[in-house]
Amino acid sequence: MTNVLVCIKRVPETSGQILLSEDSQTIDARHVGYTVSPHEECAVELAIQVAKATGGEATVLTVGSSDALAQLRDAIAVGCTGAVLVEAPVDSLGPADVAAAITTVVQDHEAAGSAYELVLVGNDAADTGDFQVGVRLAYRLGRPVVTGVSTVEVSGQTVVARGDGPDGTEVFELPLPAVVAVQEGGIEPRYPSIPGRMKAKRTPVEMRVSEVEPVGSGRVRLKLPPQQPSNVEILGEGAAAAPAVVDLLVRAGVVSR
Amino acid sequence: MILVLVEPGREGAAETSQEALTFARGLAESANTGPLHAVLVGPLPPGSESAYVSQLGQQGVAVLHHAQDDLLSSYSAAAWAASVVDATTATAALVVVASGTPRGNEILAHVATRLDVRMAANVVAVDDVSPLTVSRQVMGGAALEEMAFDTSPAVLTVAGHATEPAAAAQPTSPEVVPLAPTLSDADLVARVARSEAAPVDHTAALTGARVVVGAGRGVGSAEGFDELLELAKLLGGVLGVSRVVTSLGWRPHHEQVGQTGSRVSPDVYIACGISGAIQHWAGISSAKTILAINTDPDAPMVTKAHYAVIGDLHEVVPAINEELRRRLA
Repeated sequence: MTNVLVCIKRVPETSGQILLSEDSQTIDARHVGYTVSPHEECAVELAIQVAKATGGEATVLTVGSSDALAQLRDAIAVGCTGAVLVEAPVDSLGPADVAAAITTVVQDHEAAGSAYELVLVGNDAADTGDFQVGVRLAYRLGRPVVTGVSTVEVSGQTVVARGDGPDGTEVFELPLPAVVAVQEGGIEPRYPSIPGRMKAKRTPVEMRVSEVEPVGSGRVRLKLPPQQPSNVEILGEGAAAAPAVVDLLVRAGVVSR
Repeated sequence: MILVLVEPGREGAAETSQEALTFARGLAESANTGPLHAVLVGPLPPGSESAYVSQLGQQGVAVLHHAQDDLLSSYSAAAWAASVVDATTATAALVVVASGTPRGNEILAHVATRLDVRMAANVVAVDDVSPLTVSRQVMGGAALEEMAFDTSPAVLTVAGHATEPAAAAQPTSPEVVPLAPTLSDADLVARVARSEAAPVDHTAALTGARVVVGAGRGVGSAEGFDELLELAKLLGGVLGVSRVVTSLGWRPHHEQVGQTGSRVSPDVYIACGISGAIQHWAGISSAKTILAINTDPDAPMVTKAHYAVIGDLHEVVPAINEELRRRLA
């Protein structure tokens, strides 16, 4: 039986136009909405699969504002059975602070008799892209860690983690308890069912307040990359543009005749 | 002193590591931190050390610390980090640099944790040297964060393909210093047990191609690539894809172009159904001519391209293929 803790982060949608807050300290996401990064959606899916396969439980955790309840409920709707929200001013936290906040929960729950043999995190947050929370968490917990993992399976007291290395797929076999940072691509996250959504509304969420004294992120300010003026020449629309495209390819010297 | 972690590539140091070396050399010059040191961890293919020494000399490296131990025969981030920390301590490095590859980010996250200092991932520029302040990619590259180091050494990774690798004005003859790292049992727990897929390197065809046909999310499915492959074939080129295409499993990873894939420099790059995220541009910006085919005239791929066709790639590409076949007949 493997109990899994999976850590997620509420982040602004990154696909649309990015706006900064007036003080340039954060992203103004009022018009684009919030989501969870694909890495973490995959981590949630893997947590549920491992829990199901071993008869354990998958608990979802986030560190952030109380608005992140929505993201916790999404994870419950697809199969997590417990949830923890550590309320903290997320913009003033650095990766070491987030790792410290998660460590407190893991240790408190273990002291209360529910230990997590496996802790899953996303490989890097979609907004801050620090690549550090999983590693810093593992050192605090004194556990082994692998990052960039696309699939995990638990067999007895071993977790088998696979990820893309420079020379093909690499396989790691770690003794539990362990920390694994998940990268999207290995599995397809499931969609919530209607009964899942109903259950998500009823499942209690453990609300905590972070007691970590933050060391912060070192952020001075955010800025947007300079916009280059567009000099694009539109060759046409649809299939009718084909002759103009081929003319261009001939001029570029890549059509042999 | 600045220390750069060098990762192995096809021939000597990886291209991304050479970018990191060029970035570090620029920082060393502006911050006046003295000679550049490099650290290499684990065994090298027999006879390849001289290739490294000559490449690192081109980059102006004064000393190469080479960590060797039988326990480094297979990769473990913790053992690699222990080696980098030992080199950092031995040289009293003020800045530790790696490239923002999966390995580079993983190892330096361990290094920063072990040293209890901050790390900046995917840095693109130095804004100030005292205190060291850098700009790094956040929001998937759509925004930058200015970050100041208040801990030392500064640990940072350099965003892939954001710096052009360039030779130093004064080439050096790096001194190779063997390093025997202090490794604990805990450093070896999370090491690669085995590799599964055979390492086949197809990326050479991509990086040397005169024409690259790029494919993005707009292709729609794994079955949608036939016309694009046909276009590549007609032009004697190859297919390159965006990250989302490999993430969705539509095409293999070795075809990926961009910050975490290959960097291409063809005569013509034809971007089909690619929105044009900054990470993708990092891999294609040195293409001589960029043609975008996209339904969205406001997509960054279109606005930043030299030429564009507005339309569905599944209509436009077959028409181009037909026109090409007609003219080539």
